[in-house]
Amino acid sequence: MTDNRFFNRSELIGILVLAVFLVLVLPLTLDVFRLNLVAKYLTYAFVALGLVVCWGYGGILSLGQGVFFGLGGYCMAMFLKLEASSVANTKIQSTPGIPDFMDWNQITALPLFWKPFSSLTFTIAAIILVPGIFALIIGTAMFKRRVGGTYFAIITQAVAAILTILIVGQQGYTGGINGMTDLRTLKGWDIRPDHAKIVLYFFEVGCLFVCIMIAQFVRHSKLGRILVAMREKEDRVRFSGYSVANFKIFAFCVAAVFAAIGGAMFALNVGFMSPSFVGIVPSIEMVIYTAVGGRLSILGAVYGTLLVNFAKTSLSETFPELWLFGLGGLFIAVVLAFPNGLAGIWGDYVQPRIDGLISSRKPKPEGWTDSSVADGAPAE
Amino acid sequence: MLVGHQPKEFLLAVEALTVSFDGFKAVNDLSFYVDENEIRVIIGPNGAGKTTVLDLICGKTKATSGSIQFRGKELTRMRENEIVKTGVGRKFQNPSIYDDLTVFENLEISYPRGRSVFGALTFTRDAAVRDRVHEVAEMIFLKDRLNVNADLLSHGQKQWLEIGMLLIQDPDLLMLDEPVAGMSVSERAKTAELLNRIIKNRSVLVIEHDMKFVEDIAHKVTVLHQGQILSEGTMDKVKNDPKVVEVYLGH
Repeated sequence: MTDNRFFNRSELIGILVLAVFLVLVLPLTLDVFRLNLVAKYLTYAFVALGLVVCWGYGGILSLGQGVFFGLGGYCMAMFLKLEASSVANTKIQSTPGIPDFMDWNQITALPLFWKPFSSLTFTIAAIILVPGIFALIIGTAMFKRRVGGTYFAIITQAVAAILTILIVGQQGYTGGINGMTDLRTLKGWDIRPDHAKIVLYFFEVGCLFVCIMIAQFVRHSKLGRILVAMREKEDRVRFSGYSVANFKIFAFCVAAVFAAIGGAMFALNVGFMSPSFVGIVPSIEMVIYTAVGGRLSILGAVYGTLLVNFAKTSLSETFPELWLFGLGGLFIAVVLAFPNGLAGIWGDYVQPRIDGLISSRKPKPEGWTDSSVADGAPAE
Repeated sequence: MLVGHQPKEFLLAVEALTVSFDGFKAVNDLSFYVDENEIRVIIGPNGAGKTTVLDLICGKTKATSGSIQFRGKELTRMRENEIVKTGVGRKFQNPSIYDDLTVFENLEISYPRGRSVFGALTFTRDAAVRDRVHEVAEMIFLKDRLNVNADLLSHGQKQWLEIGMLLIQDPDLLMLDEPVAGMSVSERAKTAELLNRIIKNRSVLVIEHDMKFVEDIAHKVTVLHQGQILSEGTMDKVKNDPKVVEVYLGH
């Protein structure tokens, strides 16, 4: 039934439904504030998407995706911060023309590694390459030595902890615990007003669909099947002539780059970047989004991220101290009762009924989105 | 006895092979030679080191000392996937197949093309692949089950599928670890028939306990005991060797 190298017919319908939901339904029904919240949530969907490839298909659980989210986010934020720190904007500082936090930390010249980030082209390349190469190094060091499973997960956590400590400790260069705030313009275009938020939202959705297509391509390639095969019988793949380590490194790098794009989108849409999105806790939350959406489902990752974040926002507004327990409980419930998350519920309970309805009546594709979101509720 | 250059006509030459696990020598100073187009069966009591020998040849376990030459290439220094590329195929004791993939996809993954990351991304399922998969599926009696998920197969069918996955690689040396273990009588007969058909133009190294099956297929038998060769030769010779009767066949 594979119609082309990206999707088959039912997947195409799923992608179109998601597109209608994100491009039409949400912008038409939500105010700009809420839409910007969705934009923030969707930045995590990039991470969740990467985890589907790396964890869902490849079986490589990374509990340190915040590292790559952070690297991408900081690259973008450095560009925006430099632009916001023009001499005119910073003339009250003792050293005008450098970011404010550097001035507060008695740094008197722009550090060397900051300089290239005044170029947007360099920044975009860095958003992809810095996390990609970092993941390549970690992946090579781990997978060539056959480190996997729990050990790999723990090491990724350690990396997340190390990077957080590094960012917080080097506050003259990174903005420390406060992160990089007061980001204003992108090539002179103000990113803060409402209409800019709307444009950025659509830009982000566009990027998300590019990533979805890349994930779909990987999934439908032989590489996607090798990842599944490796997850099940690593030795069989190895003794069929494949270098298992190289495939793991590839999956890990894809996940890292997706996460980094999400991080860059975060800096653009939310207007700041801080170490609180880099460490262990956010990294684990990102894994939960994937688990709730269904770790084998590319589209499920997007719905799972949206659902958990909506729940987080509404619940933490009402019961701030209970939210973390709720999140933990949700994760346990999903793993125990619905190992394939929302996508599993959809495939096992909803789809068969819809198929039954379609065979007796004409299909109504728009209805799918609503029911998929509504049917998500029992997952909590 | 033979140090240095071994005669070229051997497909596989194992010499002075030793592996020790924390001082325990699972394989101890083992030497044997396999000819082109030979079916060699390794028998021996549990713990004799049979599976370890296959592990050493295919690179799953690294030898402590000794050499394994395949077509003149030293395998002990190569990585597993490189050993596969030189033409060694290995079937594991328990059926080692991919449950979440279909029979077709299981076979396709073993098709020897697009084994690099980039090659796998750009791999296309063309006519050559499809024809070869169908051809092998017919050989392993799974022609009608190509689109079935592999976890729905019976135990015997899973064993055949893994044999098929090796066939599609077209190795020069095929190593099978207990291919008929756990099979029904009719499945055994079919497997023997299958093996007799696939051994053309290749050598096969088989570990098996089923003596009837061994008699059916073996050209030559090697009896292992405590990591060393106890006896070697034709089935008749081995069967009548008093040492073999004592440690293995007598029971």
